[in-house]
Amino acid sequence: MKGCEAIGEAAIRAGCRNFFGYPITPQTEVPEYLAKRFPEVGGSFVQAESEVAAINMLYGGAGVGKRVLTTSSSPGISLMAEGLSYVAACHLPVVLVNIVRAGPGLGGILPAQSDYLQATKGHGHGDYKLVVLAPSSVQEAVDLIYEAFDLADHYLTPVMVMGDGMIGQMMEPVEFPPERDLGDLPTKPWAATGAVGRKPNIINSLYLKEEECHANNVKLKEKYDRIEKKEKRSESYACRGDDLDVLVVAYGTMARICKTAADELKNKDTDKIGIFRPISLWPYPYEALAKQAQKAKKILVVEMSMGQMVDDVKLAVLGTRPIEFYGLTGGLVPSPDDVADRLRGMLN
Amino acid sequence: MRKIFAYPQSLTPSPMHYCPGCTHGTIHRMVAESLDELGLRERAVGIAPVGCSVLAYDYFNCDMFEASHGRAPAVATGAKRCRPDLIVFTYQGDGDLASIGTAEIIHAANRGEKVTVIFVNNAIYGMTGGQMAPTTMPGQITTTCPFGRDPGHEGYPIRMVELLSTLKTPAYLARVAVHTPLHTIQAKQAIREAFRLQAQDVCFTMVEILSTCPTNWGLTNTESNKWLEENMVPFYPLGVLKRPGTDDE
Repeated sequence: MKGCEAIGEAAIRAGCRNFFGYPITPQTEVPEYLAKRFPEVGGSFVQAESEVAAINMLYGGAGVGKRVLTTSSSPGISLMAEGLSYVAACHLPVVLVNIVRAGPGLGGILPAQSDYLQATKGHGHGDYKLVVLAPSSVQEAVDLIYEAFDLADHYLTPVMVMGDGMIGQMMEPVEFPPERDLGDLPTKPWAATGAVGRKPNIINSLYLKEEECHANNVKLKEKYDRIEKKEKRSESYACRGDDLDVLVVAYGTMARICKTAADELKNKDTDKIGIFRPISLWPYPYEALAKQAQKAKKILVVEMSMGQMVDDVKLAVLGTRPIEFYGLTGGLVPSPDDVADRLRGMLN
Repeated sequence: MRKIFAYPQSLTPSPMHYCPGCTHGTIHRMVAESLDELGLRERAVGIAPVGCSVLAYDYFNCDMFEASHGRAPAVATGAKRCRPDLIVFTYQGDGDLASIGTAEIIHAANRGEKVTVIFVNNAIYGMTGGQMAPTTMPGQITTTCPFGRDPGHEGYPIRMVELLSTLKTPAYLARVAVHTPLHTIQAKQAIREAFRLQAQDVCFTMVEILSTCPTNWGLTNTESNKWLEENMVPFYPLGVLKRPGTDDE
């Protein structure tokens, strides 16, 4: 199944029946799939007039207690920055997907990983964080979408699944998780569902008293601390033994390419190339990375960007290992040979 | 003894922050009375975006959203599509609806979202202290058109109800005013009609309410009512521009 379509189907399996989104390459197959599929499962598909409107529709839908999804690609995600800040401030659970294309500006429609900083460090205004999960296969995209809805509901926070254009466009076999019974989804007593026999529920991020605004920030921070403690995910590949020539740090599809490069080197050059793949980009798995980094002489960060993740790797390693970077962007995808060549250079 | 007048159940007892002479309080009350009379309070979800009425969640005794500037029709779309059984309304000012939120209002209207829009037009930005709005009258002085709005430089005011009435989809579009008791009674009838239609699952309904802003207009309450009558009403004609069944070709 094509990545974008699998993402749409995974959302349905997770109990999502409301999608709001705007067409943008290379993720348009998600809305196209859901526009066709939702009528079969009693879902509601709305093509928004813009990404600005789409994220606000999510705000409304999440506020009345439903599992809601939007998908977009880089420039569209930029337009959602304001709305997402409100969603986070109001502690609303929403799931969004960014199928990243090359930037900045209109950039190009080919795969890239150049929204790392936007997703993990910046985006909208104010002190808020976005849980960011980065799949490296269509199967993992399906699993993470399914999980993203639970994470969002559990922590009452927006969750982003971020894949590069390849995740959206490639076809792979997938196994879908079981369909969630809509009756078993978490109850949301805080939602604006009509004040029947209770005081009105208010979805709000305005705090004119500074102490109250500070208190909401503290509440958010405490939530983010809990997420940092519990939700870090990563995968280590070929990190056997105690001495690695090079530890490669890469995420998403790039990590897959790096695995192939490591396998290539294993036969002719060295079997001491390990791969560390962060799956949660926020919270970033600093400790797990630090542990693997201790085994390595050098570290190579590989990205389809100009090196947006390098700072996080530096924070994990804290100056104890030399860190090099290799990356192409603009839609250029480093091949396994490109990465292997770069690694060979580091061995000598 | 029979009780013939009471405080609306759909309003909280909270004192309002609005300036003396401001008509938001009157309009809040008319919305609340309409919800009460139609028995809709427990199904109602209101959305008040940035503007003088952003604190409306303190005043309406029903579930409420605060929303970002201009985006209330999108938030309403999300709420209503997810829960079609709710009665969803937005409460927006003219800076919000006619400037930053034009895309959202046009497309919510054109999709035929089954929501009610209460659009308060006082020809100025109130909350930020009296700047020019898209609805500011030619010659009207504001802090950002200190020599009076010049149509050669800033264009003419936008007539939102007329603009939306060019669309085939919306069901009910009306413009009313609240500067005299008679007009206020008519305004209440229009607001109630909009909610009644929504409760009957009729699509998009909007009532524009010509309203005063004595503080930022720099006029007394009485002068404000007169200014509205003499300046706004001729440019913004009152009446129902569209009702169900009038555009069924």
